[in-house]
Amino acid sequence: MSISLAARNVSHRFGNVVALDDVSIEIPAGRATALVGESGSGKTTLLRCFNRLVEPERGQVMVGGEDVRTQSPASLRRGIGYVQQHGGLLPHWRILRNVALVPTLQHMPDSTDAARRALELVGLPSTQFGSRFPHELSGGQRQRVALARSIAARPGVILLDEPFGALDAISRAELQESFDNLRRDLTVTTLLVTHDLAEAGRLAEEVVVMRKGRIEQRGSMRDLIHAPATDYVARLIERARAGLEALRA
Amino acid sequence: MTGTRHRVRVNTPQRICALLIATMIISGTTTSALTAQRENRPVVVASKPFGESYLLAEMFSQVLESRGFSVDRKPGLGATEIAFGALRTNAIDAYPEYTGTGLIAILHDTLPDSVTADPRAVFAHVARRFVDLYHVRWLPPLGFQNTYAIAVTRSTASRYHLRTLSDLAREGSHLTAGFTADFIGRNDGLVGLARVYGLKPRAVRPLAPAVKYQALASGAVDVIDGYSTDGLLARYDLVTLIDDKHFFPPYEAAALISNRLDTEAPGAVAALTLLSGRLDEKTMRQLNRRVEVDGEDVKKVASDELAALGLTGVTRAKGSIQDAPSGQQSGFLRYLWDRRATIAELTMRHLELVAVALFAAVIIAVPLGLGLERTRRIAEPTIGGLGVLQTIPSIALLAFMIPFLGVGVAPALVALWLYALYPIARGTYTGVRDADPDAVAAAEALGTTPTQRLLWVRLPLAAPVIMAGIRTAAVITVGAATLAAFIGAGGLGEPIVAGLALADTRMILSGALPAAVLALAVDGVLAIVERLVAPAHRRKRFRRSQTEGPDPAITPAV
Repeated sequence: MSISLAARNVSHRFGNVVALDDVSIEIPAGRATALVGESGSGKTTLLRCFNRLVEPERGQVMVGGEDVRTQSPASLRRGIGYVQQHGGLLPHWRILRNVALVPTLQHMPDSTDAARRALELVGLPSTQFGSRFPHELSGGQRQRVALARSIAARPGVILLDEPFGALDAISRAELQESFDNLRRDLTVTTLLVTHDLAEAGRLAEEVVVMRKGRIEQRGSMRDLIHAPATDYVARLIERARAGLEALRA
Repeated sequence: MTGTRHRVRVNTPQRICALLIATMIISGTTTSALTAQRENRPVVVASKPFGESYLLAEMFSQVLESRGFSVDRKPGLGATEIAFGALRTNAIDAYPEYTGTGLIAILHDTLPDSVTADPRAVFAHVARRFVDLYHVRWLPPLGFQNTYAIAVTRSTASRYHLRTLSDLAREGSHLTAGFTADFIGRNDGLVGLARVYGLKPRAVRPLAPAVKYQALASGAVDVIDGYSTDGLLARYDLVTLIDDKHFFPPYEAAALISNRLDTEAPGAVAALTLLSGRLDEKTMRQLNRRVEVDGEDVKKVASDELAALGLTGVTRAKGSIQDAPSGQQSGFLRYLWDRRATIAELTMRHLELVAVALFAAVIIAVPLGLGLERTRRIAEPTIGGLGVLQTIPSIALLAFMIPFLGVGVAPALVALWLYALYPIARGTYTGVRDADPDAVAAAEALGTTPTQRLLWVRLPLAAPVIMAGIRTAAVITVGAATLAAFIGAGGLGEPIVAGLALADTRMILSGALPAAVLALAVDGVLAIVERLVAPAHRRKRFRRSQTEGPDPAITPAV
């Protein structure tokens, strides 16, 4: 069961640096949304507001229609999947135990089964991979395990913070495929942070372009291409296209 | 033979610091054992760590035993500060001391020259002041002085016509002096000699007590400071220069006795008084020579002399029978073999000290390090504070604990415990603080509580660093525990301290070698423990080859 996300007039600073400047956004349940922008645009800060890794100075953050501050951070986070750039698997735990982390935290009676199913979904059968340690897997496989871990307890929303950023092209394609499969099999709201517009276009139904703590434009990839709202968005599109042209030549 | 006859003053900030620490610790469990031990205890006879003091203490002990008192021997207590501190607090009951040391190192009194020149007057002054200030009594002097002896070789003496210290001052510019560091810095040492006699040697070399006689004999230096009853003065046929201006105060030897012994055991005091006036300087020099030069057993030398004085009849002291056959001619391995029972016993005691201190340090410092990770603002100051403890010299630390813990095992354990805290707390804190940041961040983002992160993630990942801290502490503790001998706690330091005092290399090695082996063994055992507590993925390596086929790490990504 997917849930909606909302931010209302959210502002946040790190010291003197403005990270979010009066941002408002509604993300309906089940939608796949990408936050795109350069580093420093505020995209990761916005993402981290939804599971209280960042507590914004002003504004309201809602998950599933409720203010995030009504729950303790720990219990809020157990209901939200999370994947970070460097998967952050616990190196001393075997793969199956890593994936069973959140089900265990939620005291699910069949947490191991949940972990096995999640591993199947990302294409890593637990019979083959479950008893290995993270360092015995490739970087792409580890990232898929992190993805499995984020969905093992079947959360209504998954937050992904540049999950493909540190991978080579082939591993990245594999992971994107796993992600697509997931989206097909589960009904889940996803919010993805990336600096790669092409990736955003491929994995998300809606793209939010951020710049200097503000939302520059929001819409489908088609909207962005055909009706860029600002010069900045137009330049961003142009640059992404140039990258693809180079391959075509 | 040694520079430890006089105490070294420790400056005030260190003293206050150590007192505070000792006060904090006094509520610890170690005190109760000690209190029990105090009741109805035998007469505790101690010595300072040099040959003559060992010998006199042994004579005290045997006289007491021959009169039916049971004796607990605590030979080789640190230095004046520790021995006197222990006596003052009734932790020990008697030890041999010198009036000059009492005057200068304990009372810090200066007397007019006319008084200083008269040993009887000095004794009267010191004895009276000790009763007034410390309620501690000097028994009548044993009959000899052991003062500073400025010595030259017979050939140097005849070449420069040296008989007195005034002669030496006259020829000073031709001569190189080799003095102990202690003597060079003291007002009643070189500083005073320069003032009173105008002595200015061509050069002054600081020498360790153990090497100064060899240095003089080999001609590396021309003048040394010794003690007038040193056995080695006779061995090297040296000339002691006369203190014609009565610069050195008299160092009359006498038994110092505790207030407890004085009030509760007058019979024992009477027995000790039997030795008063019975030992002259020539006798003492011969006895010291038998111990320091000929390597005879202290117990045998003591009992021979007591028999000769008619104080023990034919009774030989308990314990002397089991002693190893003496004489330098037998081989070192034979010597070790003969002493195997003693060495094993000392090693066990040593191991006990290390184990108890280390265990206590682990159960305090590991939780402390974990707690500090949660309160990082106070982490560095706290660990820094523990680090400061490391800078307190161990002898000083031991000395400060005497008023609270007496002598013996309790203060030694507390000192070792304090020294072990720092490496363990530092290792624990650093280890949990720096544990895999990505893993910790992910665990946080997925809804673990801070306690869960500590127990599931930080602690297991930090285990190798924590163990490294514990291993460091263990090896330090094995080494530091040799110093426990200075405070009568036994262990392998006992033969080291005694061997240093008696110039007996084999005895030193019989403590030092097992201590080194013990350090290696303890480290080795902890290395195994370290492997057992290593995070699972690090351990995997040892098992994988048996349980799985090809290395999955090199399986290509599918």
